[in-house]
Amino acid sequence: MEPIPSIRVENLTRQYGAITAIQNINFTVNPGEVVGFLGPNGAGKSTTMRILSGIMSATSGSAWVSGICVAQNPHEVKRKIGYMPENNPLPDDMRVVEYLRFRARLKEVPGNKLRESVQEVMEICDLARTARRKIIGTLSKGFRQRVGIADALLGNPEVIIMDEPTIGLDPHQIQGIRTLIDNLRGKLTVVLSSHILPEIERSCDRVIIINRGRVVASGTSESLREEFLPGNRFDVEIKGSEPDLLVALKEHGITSEIIHRQELGDNTHRLSLRTEGDETKNLGAQLIAALSQSPKFTLHSLAPRVPNLEEIFLAATKRSWEETIENKPKAAAKA
Amino acid sequence: MRHYFILLKHELRMLLISPPTYIASVLFLCLMGFLYWAILRGMVNAPADMLPSVQFFSVFWIPVFFVVPLLTMRSIAGERSIGTLDTLMTTPTSRVAVVLSKFSGAYIFYMLLWFATLGFPLIANKLYPQASEGGAILDMASLTGGYLFLATSGLLFIAIGIFASSITRSQLVAGMLSFTTLFVVIVGGQQLGNIAENSVDLVVWLDATVNYLQIFQHLDDFSRGIIDTRPFFYYTSTAVLLLGLSTLVIEAKA
Repeated sequence: MEPIPSIRVENLTRQYGAITAIQNINFTVNPGEVVGFLGPNGAGKSTTMRILSGIMSATSGSAWVSGICVAQNPHEVKRKIGYMPENNPLPDDMRVVEYLRFRARLKEVPGNKLRESVQEVMEICDLARTARRKIIGTLSKGFRQRVGIADALLGNPEVIIMDEPTIGLDPHQIQGIRTLIDNLRGKLTVVLSSHILPEIERSCDRVIIINRGRVVASGTSESLREEFLPGNRFDVEIKGSEPDLLVALKEHGITSEIIHRQELGDNTHRLSLRTEGDETKNLGAQLIAALSQSPKFTLHSLAPRVPNLEEIFLAATKRSWEETIENKPKAAAKA
Repeated sequence: MRHYFILLKHELRMLLISPPTYIASVLFLCLMGFLYWAILRGMVNAPADMLPSVQFFSVFWIPVFFVVPLLTMRSIAGERSIGTLDTLMTTPTSRVAVVLSKFSGAYIFYMLLWFATLGFPLIANKLYPQASEGGAILDMASLTGGYLFLATSGLLFIAIGIFASSITRSQLVAGMLSFTTLFVVIVGGQQLGNIAENSVDLVVWLDATVNYLQIFQHLDDFSRGIIDTRPFFYYTSTAVLLLGLSTLVIEAKA
């Protein structure tokens, strides 16, 4: 028997009046996975997360958390989910430990385990020594964020949903939160959204990109790279003219295309190449061979370039944008 | 039910640690103390046929207009505007418990403020024993009736405030809304009564309805020690209706 997925979403749609925030979203998240939710502002990330956590109802479609339907049994779902909303709202005039104890009581942590479990999440989020008795209103952004995460961890949830946990943090704090998420990997299912793409790439096993209310891509960053940005990319710095370079490469059987160029003066160029060649052979070596044989230019440097999530994200969201524009006239014609 | 008590405890704790609570109580007691003093002083100068406590209860509307909006405007609107209502909704807490705990917190505080005014007749009784020999200052019937009236009408007033607070995210709007609604409910009933008195050809059932809504008439009865069940029904049923509506609003507007 297959294990029950932690989150399963089928044809989820939510409309705010005439505006469709999300439309027919489908995805599954397996237990123990760390999944990143990506999308431009207003893509529907927060809406999806709010529906999953049972705060908001969907217009149509269904969502299951650990096999429990969110619409039919929201109370049971809330026991299984730790949710940290966008902007991480906290009451300003409570102390950290008081707030966490209050939340633990609400999350039905048994009385005899209350102190223990609050202490445990404070240790995990590094709040126990530094900020235990501080008033939340006086905490720095990083500490507030940690209080929010500690709150999400309370009550042993199976799934943790965090809406932009790293927003507004400095690199040290981001590092801290990344380590925290790494520690949770395998134990809990974590869904997080972020704008900071390298962040998602490093901490997530899988990425779901949504744009304009639809899932436009889903998979590991490797698979997305192949889907959206096929071919190999190289950064080359050469002395010589560009057309000569392309001709020289063609002679060696390498089709290539210049996707970005920068003049460095003295007839030197820094170029980004996209090449389509036999991947089984060592393309880098071929390029070096081709360029160094030709007397017309001198190769200064050559480095393979792995597209980062940012480029994948831009390619994926741009593609879906074009798709929707193309779809529009058809829809109008149908109507 | 368990969540209700956790939330209520939290509400009361937040009330106890926030400075506005103390400022509001001091201002309320100063104002009410001044009014009581003015009533006693008036009685010294000219004999009155009403007991001081009856006169005191007849100005209940002055503090209601500002205390109720101030107490309730923050409760749900404030939580919604800073977003803690969302975090509350992600816990397995029912919405009824949320609304009821907000209501009970405000109601308990409101009643505590009123019971503190019981100190005025007690002080007057202590300082001027000769004045109270006739039992005019500490008249049990009117005091019991008056506080019972405040306790029952308080249910409706606080429920109005909670409802106003539940339909908006701005505390200012919530405050204005509860103030105007309270005004209509308290003064409007009286105005209806005046119209009814002036026009003779009112239908009988309309007359009964108007009487049913007359808050000042209820007060009159209560502060004379006459306890009627109709006002109880009016205040509690309307309060339950408003709280139910607030629950629905929170459910829909989350």
